[in-house]
Amino acid sequence: SMLEPTRYRNSQLATLASHHSFSPKQAICAMSRSSSSILDRPLGRSAGRSPDGSVVSLSAFAYVYSELVQYHQGRAASISELERRLESAGYGVGLKVLEMTAYRAKETKRETRLMSILHFVSASVWKALFGKAADSLERSIDHTDEFMIIDYEPLASTFVSVPPDLGQLSADAYVSGIIAGVLDGAGFSARVTAHSVTVEEGEYTKQGGNSMPGLPPRKDKAVFLVKFSPEVLSRDAALER
Amino acid sequence: MGFLHLFIVNKSGGLILHRPLGPAAPRIGTNEMLRIGSTFHSLHAIAAEASPVKLPGNKNSFGADDGIEQIEGGGMILKCLQTRTGIKFVITAEPGTPDLDALLREIYVLYTDCALKDPFYELEMPIRCELFTNAVDHLIERVEMGGLKSR
Repeated sequence: SMLEPTRYRNSQLATLASHHSFSPKQAICAMSRSSSSILDRPLGRSAGRSPDGSVVSLSAFAYVYSELVQYHQGRAASISELERRLESAGYGVGLKVLEMTAYRAKETKRETRLMSILHFVSASVWKALFGKAADSLERSIDHTDEFMIIDYEPLASTFVSVPPDLGQLSADAYVSGIIAGVLDGAGFSARVTAHSVTVEEGEYTKQGGNSMPGLPPRKDKAVFLVKFSPEVLSRDAALER
Repeated sequence: MGFLHLFIVNKSGGLILHRPLGPAAPRIGTNEMLRIGSTFHSLHAIAAEASPVKLPGNKNSFGADDGIEQIEGGGMILKCLQTRTGIKFVITAEPGTPDLDALLREIYVLYTDCALKDPFYELEMPIRCELFTNAVDHLIERVEMGGLKSR
């Protein structure tokens, strides 16, 4: 029902709002994105798809990410500053990804133990972001507060070639920011850094190829080094008892 | 398969990549390569004017500028793929090498993936992306072993 144009004062806005309220049927049509018929909805869930079936183009992400890196590179004075900027760009994403993934996993209790949150990150969060779980989760031998999440085909750096004068820069610094956001949001504050490590001969034989057709097998794997704060470790040790 | 050289020329005529693709490729100095690149760029443009057959708007069916597509000589064949943005992918090979057009298109796809999506690559500048050169070498290896399969 169309409201005829009338001049109204503030006191009348409340009554207008009730006149103009949507009927339940209209509300559903306005808010739902998928069509009503079962034939129009996507076929079903498969790995890498969000619950509404949508898939994001890797090329679209690569172009936006490329611009993000160039934007920060123009404003950073050093390689480490660039890495820190990329990490803080990913931090906010991590906080939101934590909430979304925990909700979708229908967890009724939040994780309070170190190993559980690490498994949550390397399995659930990775699957939500990249469509598959991380390739491995390792604990450092030398340092008890350090863990490593390893990905042989890190997504953010799929098309990136770091020039030699930027040496140690890892283009996956954005992802380490996401991990830091997830861990911080869950109450496990940590410093997360991304490192590009050369893959050894015969170390990883996933059909010897690359998920990207046409590209050669990747020479470097991404190692995300997670260093927890001391209070997190002492809290976890206390829970152990 | 006798692949010789790959050249990529930007829209101003500057050479942004030259790569020998096989052992038969003659080793030529960088300055000579730059000269070859810009000479080809000029010839490509002049050929469209000199041709007795003119395409409408001087553009071919792909929207790219009309110009030299193939040169066959005594000991080699040269093929050129020009894109709408003016980049020319030029490959030289020994006569009788099959699938050169398809190979050029594959190299174009590799360029869009490995160079254009690289945040550290500046457009129209010489290509220094390790990923691109590795991918080209990998592609040539694959073609020599098994021929070009569609993606």
